[in-house]
Amino acid sequence: MAKILIANRGEIAVRVIRAARELGHGTVLAHSMADADSLAARLADERVEIGPPQASKSYLKVDALIEAAKASGATAVHPGYGFLAENAGFAEAVAAAGLVWIGPAAETIRMMGDKVAAREAAKAAGVPTVPGSEGAVGSLDEALGIAGGAGFPVMIKAAAGGGGRGIRIARDRAELERAWPQASAEAKAAFGDGALYVEKLIERARHVEVQVLGDGASVVHLFERECSVQRRRQKVWEEAPAAALPAPTRAELCRSAAALAASVSYRGAGTLEYLYDDASGAFYFIEMNTRIQVEHPVTEMVTGIDLVREQIRVCLGEPLRFAQGDIALSGHAIEVRLNAEDPAKDFMPFPGVVSGLTLPGGPGVRFDGMLYPGYAIPPFYDSLLGKLIVWDESRAAAITRLARALDELSIEGVPTTRALHAALARDAEMQAGTVHTTWLEGWLERHAAALAEGGEKAN
Amino acid sequence: MSEQIVAPLPGTFYRKPAPDAAPFKSEGDDVAVGDVIGLIEVMKNFHEVKAEKAGKITAFHLENEDAVMAGQPIATLD
Repeated sequence: MAKILIANRGEIAVRVIRAARELGHGTVLAHSMADADSLAARLADERVEIGPPQASKSYLKVDALIEAAKASGATAVHPGYGFLAENAGFAEAVAAAGLVWIGPAAETIRMMGDKVAAREAAKAAGVPTVPGSEGAVGSLDEALGIAGGAGFPVMIKAAAGGGGRGIRIARDRAELERAWPQASAEAKAAFGDGALYVEKLIERARHVEVQVLGDGASVVHLFERECSVQRRRQKVWEEAPAAALPAPTRAELCRSAAALAASVSYRGAGTLEYLYDDASGAFYFIEMNTRIQVEHPVTEMVTGIDLVREQIRVCLGEPLRFAQGDIALSGHAIEVRLNAEDPAKDFMPFPGVVSGLTLPGGPGVRFDGMLYPGYAIPPFYDSLLGKLIVWDESRAAAITRLARALDELSIEGVPTTRALHAALARDAEMQAGTVHTTWLEGWLERHAAALAEGGEKAN
Repeated sequence: MSEQIVAPLPGTFYRKPAPDAAPFKSEGDDVAVGDVIGLIEVMKNFHEVKAEKAGKITAFHLENEDAVMAGQPIATLD
């Protein structure tokens, strides 16, 4: 049996320990000084302290993690999500130390992490990408030609920008002609590089993503999730399947994702992210995440497949245990993220002590978390405390069950996003599913007064 | 009469606005009410730590990127 070092913390460390234990593998938790009392530390077979609280001095320290793996006699490393999960250098260091990396090959991480290379791989596999330029655009004339082909509106993006900076929108030829020289000058001033890309702007898009699982030879998909409900580009509420997709579109989307993953001989669990345009019914590949994702449980609930267990199995060398035809969708699942943030105070994060905890139960309810009564939430990491996941036979039934489970849930001592989700579950637009990636931000503005009054009255 | 500036929140303390920038304040610097003396990162959000009294900084008790608890002294003012 393997001995798996978990190079992560929080709810995903707990999730990996549970999967490893069910498979009969030993677990070693690599943890910072601030996480010695975490639920994961309590559940793991062994613990190794790797450094001070700050992630830059612990969870992001490749040397300390490799050292911890060697010292504990671990034979494999699971990186979870975030931190070093998509760091090709860490994957290489793990392999160089003679340990099994629970993830895809380092070169796959590197290629899919490079936007241009990932886009090329997608095109080669016949997967649609957002129409636009293939690299830096040399002149306004060239930009006009590309925009004409892709269709207005378009985004002008600074090649050296990122995280939403250096983006301008042009709705027609005249706007593009006006914006081009300004965008170029701004990019040069802000980033020292005036190079620009042109890309079609997909308005009111939905975020859909396809789960894949590969063993390095064959790849299957486990259908899609929809994660359109976001705040500041952070997912808040996730579902499987994406209810807005017509069946033929779902089939084509999922087939395209499996084909792309197969074209890079994918090993492990991965997710291909797409934008879906309700208006045209078209979908466009944006990027691939070469790791397990926060919202993986909704896929587990609608397919009955334990993704973390299967991820460990294939990365330890077992062949995939499923053919595509063995995987079927059943019912509908929703996950909501419970963060230590106060919706009444513009989502200010709030570390503190969990003075009381009541978790919901009953049919179709699952809670993946890191909490116990008396737990002191450290201030050094992100604010995710846990995920409430529900399953039911239809989307409408799942929303009703979610509202019921949220009413049962009580996390005392710290503000959480529970009340936001309770209000969303009772919202007519949410129930109708007429959402897109900027929908929640408008909703929050419209409901700011109710949220500020105190989460419990927000609905 | 010396005064302590204490951390209003727990988290990671930063003495400078960016990794390659100069510190907000150094020992020996004068501060006015409202001057930013550092940042505390709490769950990936940044909060400014401001002086509530004017004076001269005689000592910093934290280095850049040190972990800090709420109420812990950050600097001494004279």
